[in-house]
Amino acid sequence: MSKYSMHLLVCGGTGCHASESDAIVCNLRDELEAKGLVDSVQVILTGCFGFCEKGPIVKVMPDNTFYVQVKPEDAQEIVDEHVIKGRKVTRLLYKDPVSKESISDSKHMGFFKKQLRIVLRNCGFINPENIDEYIARDGYQALGKVLSEMSPEEVIKVIKDSGQRGRGGGGFSTGLKWELARKSVSDEKYVVCNADEGDPGAFMDRSVLEGDPHSVLEAMAICGYSIGASSGLIYIRAEYPLAIERLKIAINQAREYGLLGNSIFGTGFNFDITLRYGAGAFVCGEETALIHSMEGLRGEPTVKPPFPAESGYRNKPTNVNNVETFAAIPAIILKGSKWFSSIGTEKSKGTKVFALAGKINNVGLIEVPMGTTLREVIFEIGGGIRGGKKFKGVQTGGPSGGCLTEKHLDTPIDFDNLIAAGSMMGSGAMIVLDEDDCMVSMAKFFLEFTVEESCGKCAPCRIGNKRLHELLGQITEGKGTLEDLDRLKNMSLVIKDTSLCGLGQTSPNPVLSMLENFREEYVAHVTSKKCPAGQCKSLMEYVINAENCVGCTACARVCPVNAITGERKEAHLINAATCIKCGACMEKCKFDAIFIR
Amino acid sequence: MSKITSLADLKKKREELKSGLDIRVKAIDPESVVQVKVAMATCGIASGAKTVMEFFLEQLERRNIPAVVTQTGCMGYCYAEPTIEVKLPGEEPVVFGFVDLKRADQIIEKYIKTGELVDGIIPVNYQSIDFKE
Ligand SMILES: Cc1cc2nc3c(=O)[nH]c(=O)nc-3n(C[C@H](O)[C@H](O)[C@H](O)COP(=O)(O)O)c2cc1C
Ligand code: SF4
Ligand code: SF4
Ligand code: SF4
Ligand code: FES
Ligand code: FES
Repeated sequence: MSKYSMHLLVCGGTGCHASESDAIVCNLRDELEAKGLVDSVQVILTGCFGFCEKGPIVKVMPDNTFYVQVKPEDAQEIVDEHVIKGRKVTRLLYKDPVSKESISDSKHMGFFKKQLRIVLRNCGFINPENIDEYIARDGYQALGKVLSEMSPEEVIKVIKDSGQRGRGGGGFSTGLKWELARKSVSDEKYVVCNADEGDPGAFMDRSVLEGDPHSVLEAMAICGYSIGASSGLIYIRAEYPLAIERLKIAINQAREYGLLGNSIFGTGFNFDITLRYGAGAFVCGEETALIHSMEGLRGEPTVKPPFPAESGYRNKPTNVNNVETFAAIPAIILKGSKWFSSIGTEKSKGTKVFALAGKINNVGLIEVPMGTTLREVIFEIGGGIRGGKKFKGVQTGGPSGGCLTEKHLDTPIDFDNLIAAGSMMGSGAMIVLDEDDCMVSMAKFFLEFTVEESCGKCAPCRIGNKRLHELLGQITEGKGTLEDLDRLKNMSLVIKDTSLCGLGQTSPNPVLSMLENFREEYVAHVTSKKCPAGQCKSLMEYVINAENCVGCTACARVCPVNAITGERKEAHLINAATCIKCGACMEKCKFDAIFIR
Repeated sequence: MSKITSLADLKKKREELKSGLDIRVKAIDPESVVQVKVAMATCGIASGAKTVMEFFLEQLERRNIPAVVTQTGCMGYCYAEPTIEVKLPGEEPVVFGFVDLKRADQIIEKYIKTGELVDGIIPVNYQSIDFKE
């Protein structure tokens, strides 16, 4: 049995792998072999450290030394100096970009401090199907504290002072919303958890419900106590069977312990929670539509006011909050408003969960303090762009948000900064785009979603978005004009101004932001009929480079429409008029003579 | 289950549970056994986490290794599913990604049995809040 005294962890993530981490592993192993150390020092290939910008990474355990930008030829020095003599190789240490000091211990690196889990504090930590594990992690302590030691007004004050804003998209002050619901006078009130999560690319709500359902139940009860409600409803889409299952288990366990039901903690406060299933329409996430859907009516939005806080479910005062908003509440109660408001930016407090998707190395779920920059999220935590491609843009806020570019990378992410940059926070889905993504096609793709999901109640959204989508389609086919670009913009502005609900009011955002930030790409499509990203099929042209072509005829033989002509052993030619752009010839050519223009 | 009827009651319960998250099930100190957590959110299950979890449950017992295998939610490494976290007694937890049955077997044979690390570790890159009242 071998027991190693030292571990050399070498990053084998995509980024570092591309920059020779394999060779580093080999050299380290060879060096150790030569020095007779293979039995006491082990070299291990790991997953991405998320620090690809400074890769390849080598981390030495147990002293947590973090070497960056290691080259294969550094292996000898690491072994001679660090492993044998116990001296750190200073030139390979990470230098703090601000203080310029070398940092030898990874625990002190800014990067590892960048994620902070409040909402996800228990996700991946406890068994969500076992209430005891939640209790062991301080679960239901906040509810106990609220019921035994605080008045509803005090609870609302803590939430207000914490500066928390709703995570469902709008960013409205949670404490203020609770206060409005508390002030409405009624014999009956409701607490609703919005777990509809219709935003494509978003899965943070699902993850919280699957990983830590009790945190949401506990928060809903706290909210019920604060506003004077005894019923809670969770509106969840039927497409989330696992989250539903876990919620059911959690509700039953909480009832068995008396943490839901009558006279909770013996205080006379009653609160219980039931589930309502949604059919999975995006618009049903909008709070008025959601309420209608729960009442058994069509899930269509209605004009606000009246706001749900005055007249919501069954015309009673109703407080609607998002899953993530609720999940942070117990932490705020236990740790206090000062603690929460010390995290984040001036007007956006706390942390935000983001679902990273698209052309990024570390697709997944992260939670960072508000004010973290897009660059930190994409390049440090997200591990940078997949396949070493160039970053082009990031769509934040899902299909109703906007696409930000290189010049926005150092923007601290918060509600107001994203809006100022022409996008929005939305639910927190981030879709990263690289050089191969065409911005006209992307806008068209997002519009497709809107057209499909529009409830059809009002004309600007129903008809306007359809027209927008058609226009974008024409542009991708090379049938657009410069005037069409103006038309796109005007139509977008009208749809935004005249739609009834948030869906229509935000749907043209991707078009507007892409027109603004990537105008040259749109212009290329309509004037020179070129797609700079090489995605739009109609705008591609297959051409043969006569210099490389040896006249093997392979291409001509596979062309389904006989678009290729040429004599044996002589350069061939593609007839652009007949070519249907199937790409078969390019695949066949062994001489790299065919390319796309 | 008996009802929790006061905050003091809940606090007492928490202390009992804290000292041994799994005492009820295994009647042993969880710190003294190997703890394996399998990420079982939708993405995990879709990529085979269930099979991996069953494998650990069955094999750890068959190989006579005292262990607690539990499921947990999404750990955030969706790109590397199935993902598991292994905590050996007295050690920091280690997360492994892309765990298929072959890697699961390696993890048991090498890491769990001898403490020898194997390829596929995912460096943990976040911190969670600690509660202190
Ligand atoms: C078209 C549309 C879809 C929405 N979808 C959701 C959703 O899926 N989940 C959600 O929490 N909020 C959604 N919202 C926002 C809700 O209307 C509401 O503002 C939110 O649930 C309030 O919770 P919060 O204060 O915690 O953010 C949507 C809004 C619109 C206009
Ligand atoms: S804006 Fe669109 S989704 Fe909203 S009410 Fe009008 S048609 Fe329906
Ligand atoms: S397959 Fe390539 S080399 Fe052969 S004729 Fe066609 S273009 Fe020329
Ligand atoms: S792309 Fe297809 S249709 Fe066009 S020349 Fe090549 S094989 Fe023929
Ligand atoms: S690939 Fe090595 S740190 Fe990301
Ligand atoms: S519209 Fe798709 S590449 Fe231009």
